[in-house]
Amino acid sequence: MKKLLKSVSVAAAIAMALTVVLFIAPQRDSTLYAAGERVPVGGTVKVLAVWGGQELDVFNEMAKPFEEETGIRVQYEGTRDINAILTTRVQAGNPPDIAVLPGPGKMAEFARAGNLVDLGTVLDMGQIRKDYAKGWLDMGTVDGKLVGVFVKVAIKGLIWYNPKALEQEGIKIPTTSDELKATSERLARRGKTPWSIGLESGAASGWVGTDWLENIFLRMHGPQKYKDWYEGKLAWTSSEVRSAWDTWGQIATNPNMVYGGKQYVLSTNFGQAAAPLFYDTPEAYFHMQASFIQSFILDQFPTLKPGEDFNFFGFPPINPAYANAVEAAGDLVGIFNDTPQARAFIEYLTTPEAQSYWTSGTGALSANRNVSLVFYPDVLSKNAARILQKADMVVFDASDMMPGEMNNAFWSAIMSYVQNPAKLDSILTDLERTRRRAY
Amino acid sequence: MIFTVIVLALIAIVGVPAGLTLYLFFVEKGISKLSPKYRKKMRPWLWLAPALIILTVFLLYPVINTIVLSLMNEDSTEFVGLKNYIGIFTESDMLIVLRNNALWLVFFTLVTVTFGLLIAVLTDRVKYEAVAKALIFLPMAISFVAAGVIWKFMYEFKPKGTPQIGTINAALTSLFHSFEPQAWLFNPKINNWALIVVGIWMWTGFAMVILSASIKNIPKEIVEAARIDGAPELQIFVRITLPLIKPTIVVVTTTLIINVLKIFDIVYVMTNGILGTEVIANRMYKEMFNFLNFGMAGALAVLLLIAIIPVMLMNIRRFGEGAKRR
Repeated sequence: MKKLLKSVSVAAAIAMALTVVLFIAPQRDSTLYAAGERVPVGGTVKVLAVWGGQELDVFNEMAKPFEEETGIRVQYEGTRDINAILTTRVQAGNPPDIAVLPGPGKMAEFARAGNLVDLGTVLDMGQIRKDYAKGWLDMGTVDGKLVGVFVKVAIKGLIWYNPKALEQEGIKIPTTSDELKATSERLARRGKTPWSIGLESGAASGWVGTDWLENIFLRMHGPQKYKDWYEGKLAWTSSEVRSAWDTWGQIATNPNMVYGGKQYVLSTNFGQAAAPLFYDTPEAYFHMQASFIQSFILDQFPTLKPGEDFNFFGFPPINPAYANAVEAAGDLVGIFNDTPQARAFIEYLTTPEAQSYWTSGTGALSANRNVSLVFYPDVLSKNAARILQKADMVVFDASDMMPGEMNNAFWSAIMSYVQNPAKLDSILTDLERTRRRAY
Repeated sequence: MIFTVIVLALIAIVGVPAGLTLYLFFVEKGISKLSPKYRKKMRPWLWLAPALIILTVFLLYPVINTIVLSLMNEDSTEFVGLKNYIGIFTESDMLIVLRNNALWLVFFTLVTVTFGLLIAVLTDRVKYEAVAKALIFLPMAISFVAAGVIWKFMYEFKPKGTPQIGTINAALTSLFHSFEPQAWLFNPKINNWALIVVGIWMWTGFAMVILSASIKNIPKEIVEAARIDGAPELQIFVRITLPLIKPTIVVVTTTLIINVLKIFDIVYVMTNGILGTEVIANRMYKEMFNFLNFGMAGALAVLLLIAIIPVMLMNIRRFGEGAKRR
């Protein structure tokens, strides 16, 4: 026994020594600067983001020229629960070099905690100001420091329709909210359901409803009140917020206005909610969703032609003073580890070359105005890009700007409201209580 | 990169056992110099030391730290006393969370044990026992997340008049033509039950297997003696089988209770707590990772711990009794 123990121990000692040597041995990740060159050569940059499927393919394609030019390896890690994963990694002191930020609210939390690198020291700010409209940069700025920059964006609040179905019903595209309302009511009187809404989205169920409310609120009360709202300075029980809920409720909670009634609205995944517009006999005529829904429609109905078989118009103005307001959302990226590789990669991500991969590959929009319209794959995404480049009031998705707890409460309040609209008072009181706690 | 990964794997696989062996080697060498009396006293503690240290670092310390955090505010900068705990028992949405855990606790445990027992007793009497039991046990092999996804498809809702792709709505509408398709997970009157059914489906097999083993352990003579005396089957079950397998029923029940108090995955995958389906573990996850409210997350964790401790003590006592009897 003793002899056995001894020989095992000797072997163990050797193994230990070996692992220690291996561990301390110089790692290849160290940076080597080529003589006279500004870009670092070699090494790795770790990226954490939410992209999968087609988006991931495009990301890899986009990263390839960068890898070839600089010799930096881009190591991608994907997740659908970016909020939880990123928070844990940052808390554990093991953040990725570059990450997609879960939203401006969360970004501000990270920035104030000192986790994010000031991009003003990384990027050529002169060029950035030329490439990005001020509104986009403001959204990535916390306490005067640019910490997040958009790699791709989407317009929210577009109203999608099936041109042939509308023609059959003899309906013209509404240009104001009153016209839209009248059109919807006319369809309802004919026994057709004008709208299709689907709120289900896994852990984020209800967000589609928050988009509705934001678009309505923005066009009723303008960007300033909108800002007060997401900054927690406006009570949920105020008449402004309430009026937005009531307006949406006239559609979403009225079984004559929305296809399938409340059970369908609550249980249908947002990605499939546009489908009733394109059935052989259309079951619905309008669908409110961001520009990215195009790829979902084409996934389910690959034969449809953008522009001919489906199209969109902007959310119609309610108060004419705010006719040019647009709600957008997008993927902000920031640096958590200030390495030369991360600096080089984020610089590349902001260039028109890198962003044109996203637009031509996925139909996403670019916040960089120097991405030529040539790089948009079809007429619809060109139109969306044009709306974005022209808009003089771009605001970000309000729910994403709210603190995590508020955002979450907002999502589930949407579901509770559609389930039982009579409870609006107590729902708003609960949201108001959450607001007092969360900010 | 791959290099560091390999090194880490090597350390874990080779380095840790090697280190432990080295440690024991030196311990043995060290205490061999002591007098036999001391050696006998010291040895168990020295051998236990690595496990105890790991237990302290990874279990005891986090528990104490969680208790401390639960008494602090959101970012743990201020002491707030029992505020978080009071919140759990006064805020309306927290009360729903507690109610749901109570629902799960009572109905999941009750139905699972009852079904498990019923199936164990009934399959004991048929020729195709193995097949029947295998079928019932099968869901245990599926992960909670996968089960959640499967049942989400089963509960799928389509409006009346369109083809139903959800198994349950499809079956019910074709059997009863007047049946209105239901959005099972989105109707507050039924959604909690719809979730509990998934839990029952997964765990009945577990209860069945253990109870069945216990039933097979009952000496045949007792049952036969009862039959000869003319006892009806129901009486045999109530007067003989039940009392004899009672300890096993208690063990199964406590195990199920411990598991159901921690229920998370099914709710997370299927509804994520909307429309009044949230449970404690789910809320804890949200408070922690989405709301960054460490105080409340800690308080919920401690609440779960406190709820589980008595059940666990009971289980440990049972184990102790079993050991003594042997």
